[in-house]
Amino acid sequence: MVAFEPVTALIGGSLIGLSATLLLLFNGQIAGISGIVNGAIEFKADRNWRWLFIAGLLIGGWLYERAIASQPTPTDEFSPWPMIIGGLLVGVGTRLGNGCTSGHGVCGLGRLSVRSLVAVLTFLTTGFITVFVTRHVLLLG
Amino acid sequence: MEKNGKKNGIALFSGIIFGLGLGLSQMIDRQRVLGFLDLAGTWDPTLLFVLLSAVTVTAIAFRFVFSRLRPIFAEKFYVPTRQDIDSRLVAGAAIFGIGWGVSGYCPGPGISALAIGSWNPVLFLMAMATGMIVFNRFNKQ
Repeated sequence: MVAFEPVTALIGGSLIGLSATLLLLFNGQIAGISGIVNGAIEFKADRNWRWLFIAGLLIGGWLYERAIASQPTPTDEFSPWPMIIGGLLVGVGTRLGNGCTSGHGVCGLGRLSVRSLVAVLTFLTTGFITVFVTRHVLLLG
Repeated sequence: MEKNGKKNGIALFSGIIFGLGLGLSQMIDRQRVLGFLDLAGTWDPTLLFVLLSAVTVTAIAFRFVFSRLRPIFAEKFYVPTRQDIDSRLVAGAAIFGIGWGVSGYCPGPGISALAIGSWNPVLFLMAMATGMIVFNRFNKQ
């Protein structure tokens, strides 16, 4: 585990806020990634920009990993069940609740939306409880 | 067509900026995210710094963006208008938070983490897309 690096965390977070601002200023769209992915999969029309945004996320991650990172991001052991169960719950939960960390967190809180504040406090709470249960009650590592 | 080209360019560019931000802030390392959610363990404050800096940028910049009549390349702002707090919002956010705590990924970092060369984000994204598709099928009826 690499030590906490507050400056890169703040720069990275600011870039995320800048990205959401650009998408809203130029295209009028909210950078809510669960919604963008859902639209890219399910919509018939107006899906090209969504796939391009998703491609950008991948390219940005790749650029960081190849050109900026002082050391590669650690890859922990393959954990199929947490990925399958967690992924299914994230897919269903973000559809039912209309958003995730980006749509409700970065954008919703930036819009001072009360719905988003309720969503953020809710998913933080269940996230904290879930990790407490998996790590300290079930001792799953 | 020309305007769609510009919008697609912005979508790709803002996706890249978002992905760079997720890389720099190490949100593509799921152990960092789980470290933040683990209040009873060695707590990692990175995600808090990332979210706070991102929201600081959007909270300031969105005020200027919304002072415009319309976005630069689009006819209007596609922004959620609902303000009611309903059980679907809370239940959905709660389910999302559990999936987040189980996997250590939310949608954006899941996509950008494809760049680190691990099967974990691949499996996570396949499960997430499955969850969305299944939800949409049931929700239509």
